[in-house]
Amino acid sequence: MSEFALKTSLPAYLRSWQDKIADIGRGYGLDFFPTVFEILSYDQMNEIAAYGGFPNRFPHWRYGMEYERLSKSYEYGLSKIYEMVINNNPSYAYLLEGNSLTDQKLVMAHVYAHVDFFKNNYCFRSTDLDTGGKTTNPAVRPADYSPNRRWIDKMANHGARVRRIVARYGINRVEEFVDFCLSLENLIDPHAAFTGRRKVMSQEERDSEKATEVPRLRSKEYMESFINPEEYLEEQRAKIEAEKEKAKKFPERSERDVLGFLLEHAPLERWEHDVLEIVREEAVYFVPQMQTKIMNEGWASYWHSRMMTEKVLDASEIIDYADNAAGVLATAKGQLNPYKLGIELFRNIEERWDKGQFGKEWEDCDDLDAKRNWNLRLGLGRKKVFEVRALYNDVTFIDEFLTPDFAREQKLFSYAWSNRNERYEIETREFKAVKEKLLFQLTNAGSPFIYVEDANYENRGELLLRHDHQGMDLRVDYAKEVMRALYRIWKRPVLTQTVMESKATLLRYDGREHTSKTLRKE
Amino acid sequence: MKIDQDHSRFRNIVRGRIRQNLRKYISQGELIGRKGKDLVSIPIPQIDIPHFRYGDKQQGGTGQGDGDPGDPVGGEEGEEGEGGKKAGEDAGEHVLEVDVTLDELAAILGEELELPDVENKGKSKLINEKDRYTGLRRVGPESLRHFRRTYREALKRTIATGLYSPELPVIVPHPEDKRYRSWRTVAEPVANAVIIYMMDVSGSMGDEQKEIVRIESFWVDTWLQRQYKGLESRYIIHDAVAREVDRDTFFHTRESGGTMISSAYKLCGQLIDDHYPPEEWNIYPFHFSDGDNWSMDDTLQCVEILKQKLLPRVNMFAYGQVESPYGSGQFIKDLRDHFGKDERVVLSEIRDKDAIVGSIKEFLGKGK
Repeated sequence: MSEFALKTSLPAYLRSWQDKIADIGRGYGLDFFPTVFEILSYDQMNEIAAYGGFPNRFPHWRYGMEYERLSKSYEYGLSKIYEMVINNNPSYAYLLEGNSLTDQKLVMAHVYAHVDFFKNNYCFRSTDLDTGGKTTNPAVRPADYSPNRRWIDKMANHGARVRRIVARYGINRVEEFVDFCLSLENLIDPHAAFTGRRKVMSQEERDSEKATEVPRLRSKEYMESFINPEEYLEEQRAKIEAEKEKAKKFPERSERDVLGFLLEHAPLERWEHDVLEIVREEAVYFVPQMQTKIMNEGWASYWHSRMMTEKVLDASEIIDYADNAAGVLATAKGQLNPYKLGIELFRNIEERWDKGQFGKEWEDCDDLDAKRNWNLRLGLGRKKVFEVRALYNDVTFIDEFLTPDFAREQKLFSYAWSNRNERYEIETREFKAVKEKLLFQLTNAGSPFIYVEDANYENRGELLLRHDHQGMDLRVDYAKEVMRALYRIWKRPVLTQTVMESKATLLRYDGREHTSKTLRKE
Repeated sequence: MKIDQDHSRFRNIVRGRIRQNLRKYISQGELIGRKGKDLVSIPIPQIDIPHFRYGDKQQGGTGQGDGDPGDPVGGEEGEEGEGGKKAGEDAGEHVLEVDVTLDELAAILGEELELPDVENKGKSKLINEKDRYTGLRRVGPESLRHFRRTYREALKRTIATGLYSPELPVIVPHPEDKRYRSWRTVAEPVANAVIIYMMDVSGSMGDEQKEIVRIESFWVDTWLQRQYKGLESRYIIHDAVAREVDRDTFFHTRESGGTMISSAYKLCGQLIDDHYPPEEWNIYPFHFSDGDNWSMDDTLQCVEILKQKLLPRVNMFAYGQVESPYGSGQFIKDLRDHFGKDERVVLSEIRDKDAIVGSIKEFLGKGK
C-alpha cells in the first residue's frame, strides 16, 4: 500500500489546489472526512475502478470482466473515468493523470462534496464499522463524529482470507462457490444496520415453552369427570399442540435478510461460511451508494458547480469547465441522468425554500400568477439542502420533493415495452404515473423483495422463499439459476413462492430438476 | 498489475464461451448491413451473474427529454435495454457495442481464429503510383498557388527594396513572387490480390444457402482486405452456364435449371487469362455450391480444368459446400478424391450458419 501511495501521490501544484478547494468547501459549510488524493495512469485507474475503487479485493473474474469493459471502452474512445472516490475514513479519491488542471480542480471539488455526503447522509451510517450494526437512530451522532470506516483494510483482509482459502481448496472450487454467493448478494436487508441485532431465542425461553399441561379446574375427586371432562381436556391438549406446531415454524417471522439467515442456519463448511460472510459484508457496504445515487451525484454536482464558478475558476478556464460540465449533465437519448436529476432537484429545493414556496399556504394557493411570483424572501434554501442531504435517501428525496412543475420542466416521462412495435415507447407524462414508476425503480434498488418464509417447509427441511409480488414478475431463467445457487448452500430442495402471469406459482428445485406448479388461491 | 490474474481468469472463462459468442454474432446477417462508413459494431462479452430480478420487458422505466406518448425511446434504454432487445433468451449475455473499423475487425477476427498472416508469394510487381505534394516551385497553375509562401516572398522583396511602410503595410505580389505547390510521383510496389467468387445459383440453392455465402464472403473479404492493399473482387454465377455479374446481382440472383460447374471454372480461367497475370497477382478463387453437379462427366471436366488451368496460377482454390435439402453433396467428395493431398485446394463443408466460423478458419487458416 505504501509503495502504491508513493508512486501516486499528487504533485505539488495539485496539492496546493487541493488545500485551496478544501478550504473553499469548508467555507460553504461542507463537512468531510480527511481526503487523500492519488493520481493514476489510465490503466491503474481502470484497474482500481474495476475493483470498485479499492486497491485490493478478493480475487474474482468479475473484476477482470469489468476491467476489460473499462479498458476497451477507454481504448475505443467511448468513455473515460474522470474521478473515483470511496467511502472510507479517511476517504480516498483518484485523479486521472494527464487531465487538464481545470478538470482536476473540478474533480476535487466534486469529490469533497461526495465525501461530505458520505460523512453526513444517514444511510452511510450503516458502513460504520465500530457500531457493529446497531445504529438504531442514524440521525443522532456525536459532535466529533469520526467513525471507523477503514473499508480499504477490510476489503484487503477479505482478499487475503479468500486467497488463503483458494490456496487450500483450489481456485475452481472456491470461485464456483463465490459465483453462487454472488447470485444471492442482493438478498440482504438494507435496513439491517438500523434495526438492531436479530433476536435469537435463548435456551431458557425455549425451555419455558415446554410445559403444556392443560390447566384443570380444582375439583373433588368424585366431581372430576364432570368439572374437567376428558373430552374437553383432549380438545384443549390438541389446541395447544397445534399452537406449538405453529410456533415451530421457522423462522417465526418472514426474514428479509436471506443471506444473514443462511449464514446462521445453512449447513456450510467453515470456508464456505467465510466466503458467504465476506460477500454479505461487501454487499452491505455498497447498499447506501445504491440508495442515494441520485442525491449523492446531485449533491456533488451542485457543489462542484458552485465552487468552480464562484471561487475556483480562472476566467480562461470557463469554457473548458462548461464543456465538461455539459457533458456530465447531458441526458443522452432520453435516459435519466442521476447527476442531472439530482442537481436540478437540489437547486429547485434551494429556490423553493429561499422563496418560501412550501407549506400549507403554498399548497393551497390556486392562483398560478401568485404562485409564479411567490417570494417570501425567507432565505432558508441553504439550510434546507444541508438538512435534505443528511436525512433523505433517493426514495424519500423523490417522494417528497418531486413536484408536478419540476417534472414538467425537466420533461420527465415513463416508458414501457411495446409488444406491437417491439421497442420501448414513451408511455405517459402524467405526473402521478411518472413519479410512481420512478419510485418503483428506486425502491429496493429496483430488485424484487424476497423473504425467507419457512426453513422447514412441510417438515422436510426444505427452504421456502416468498417473492412479495408487486405487479412485476420475476425473470424466470434467472430465478432458476438463483435457486440452484440456494440449493448449493442450503443442500436441501429450495422453493420460491411467486406470481407468474397473475397466477400464484411455486417454483421448486430439488438439486436435479426445476418444477413449477400453480397454486390455487385459498 | 493485480487485476491481471482476474482478467486472465475472465478471458479463460470467455474463451470457452467466446467461440459461441463470436459465432453467434458473425452469423447475424445484419452485421454486414451495419457497415455504414466502414464501421461495424462488435460486442464486448459480459457475463451476468443471475440474481432475483424482474423480467425486462415488463419493467419499463422513466426517462427525460422530448417526445410524445407512443414515440420510441432512443436507442439503448434503461439498464437492460440492449439485453432485452437482443439477448433476452440467453442467460447473461450482455453486450456493449463498440464501433470498430473493418481493419480492426479483421484484426480481431484474426486474433480470435488465430489466423496466420498471408504468405505473400512475392508477386508484388505491380506498381502503384501516387502523387504527393512535396515542395514548391516558381511556375504552376494558379489553382496550386501557395498563398502564404507567395505572400512571404512579396513581403521579403518589399522590405528588401525599402518600400515597406509600417503605417501602410500594403504588399503587392509581383509575378516573380509567386510560389506553387509541386508534387512528386512516388512509386510503391503493391501486393495485389483478386478474389474470384463463384456461386451456384441453380434451383437447389435457397435463400438460406445464399445468406451463408454472403456472410462467409464478407469475412473473407474483410480478412484479405487487411492482407492486401489492392484487393479486387470478381463475381461469377452459374447454373448450366456461367456469367460474370456485379456484387449485388451475385447475391440476389436466383435461377433455376441444371448445374454445370465446369462452366464457372472455365470462365474463371478466362478472367485470369484476360486480367490477372499470375506473376503479378495473388489469386483466390472461392467457389460455393450445394455440390450437386449435372453429371460425372462434367465433374471430371472440372477436375481437369482445375489441374491444368487454375491450380498452377492461384494461391489457393477454396471450395465451400453448403448443405441444401436438394443437393446430393457429391461434388466435395469427388474433389476430395482427386485433390485430397493437394495443399492448394481447401475444401469446407458449411452445414449451417453456425459452421461459418469453422469454415473461415479452414479457408484462411493456412496462410496461403
